[in-house]
Amino acid sequence: MTAFTFEVLVSLKEGLLDPQGKAVEGSLPAMGFDNVEGVRVGKHIRLTVDAPDEAAARAQVREMATRVLSNPVIEEYEISEVKAG
Amino acid sequence: MTRPRIGVVTFPGSLDDGDARRAIEAMGGDAVALWHTEHDLRGVEAVVLPGGFSYGDYLRAGAIAARAPIMADVAAFAARGAPVVGICNGFQILCEAGLLAGALIRNRSLRFVCEDVWLRVETAQTCLTAGLVPGETIQIPVKHGEGQWVATPEQLARVEDEALVVFRYSAADGILDDAHNPNGATNHIAGIRNDAGNVVGLMPHPEHAVDPDVGPTGGQPLLASLFSAAVAGVTT
Repeated sequence: MTAFTFEVLVSLKEGLLDPQGKAVEGSLPAMGFDNVEGVRVGKHIRLTVDAPDEAAARAQVREMATRVLSNPVIEEYEISEVKAG
Repeated sequence: MTRPRIGVVTFPGSLDDGDARRAIEAMGGDAVALWHTEHDLRGVEAVVLPGGFSYGDYLRAGAIAARAPIMADVAAFAARGAPVVGICNGFQILCEAGLLAGALIRNRSLRFVCEDVWLRVETAQTCLTAGLVPGETIQIPVKHGEGQWVATPEQLARVEDEALVVFRYSAADGILDDAHNPNGATNHIAGIRNDAGNVVGLMPHPEHAVDPDVGPTGGQPLLASLFSAAVAGVTT
């Protein structure tokens, strides 16, 4: 078995109002950053899976992302592997 | 009437389990405490998932509680047609568990809301509203930061077309307007049901609205309906 580390990036679906993103965006002009738009706040989940190979590990991460790490009604996710070293 | 046995599940971070049990007892029912790690519903005739912040609302509100051991039993119980009601965090848990459509996200205002609201009853075809008349309004408090009900376009169409909306936030006279929508919920939706009507979730708190000494009493007819459904047993 080998340890594989992944990052799962979870964000609210496009088109769904993101109140956190809106609040952050609203605070920026007061700091002089008046050229920013489209702020979205999401979640970054990092985890390490023990699996026979990379494909099995990735398949498991995808299943976890679908079943618990994200809610498909409101969110979408991206998975990327973190290479050691 | 036989005293109905109503189970109230406690998860780590549940806050309103005590109030739910107290309201059930005050209304003449037997409240049975249920524990999230067990696979035992203790022979209850209905289950309430109470409000609070189960597992600290980590990941998403209700997400982790929805996958707790007892939820497999609650899902099987619901599949047999038995009454299951989710209040506030309990509603979030039912959505996360896939027992109800949609999801609850942060209030549009970004503010936590804590106030008495009016609800317009949309259907009597549920375990929680069988004793009410569609169109009537009841007053019940809300207190939540993540109560904005949203859904995919397909889910929303189905919820509306199949009359799965149970409550909408409204004015006292039943008029719908943005001023009376405390969290920006889609189509003013405060509570929904499953197809059979035995599973209902709502953001407002009926268990906080049974004692006239401390506020509105809109929760009384809801609990009375739940008791009738519990005593009637599984009808399917």
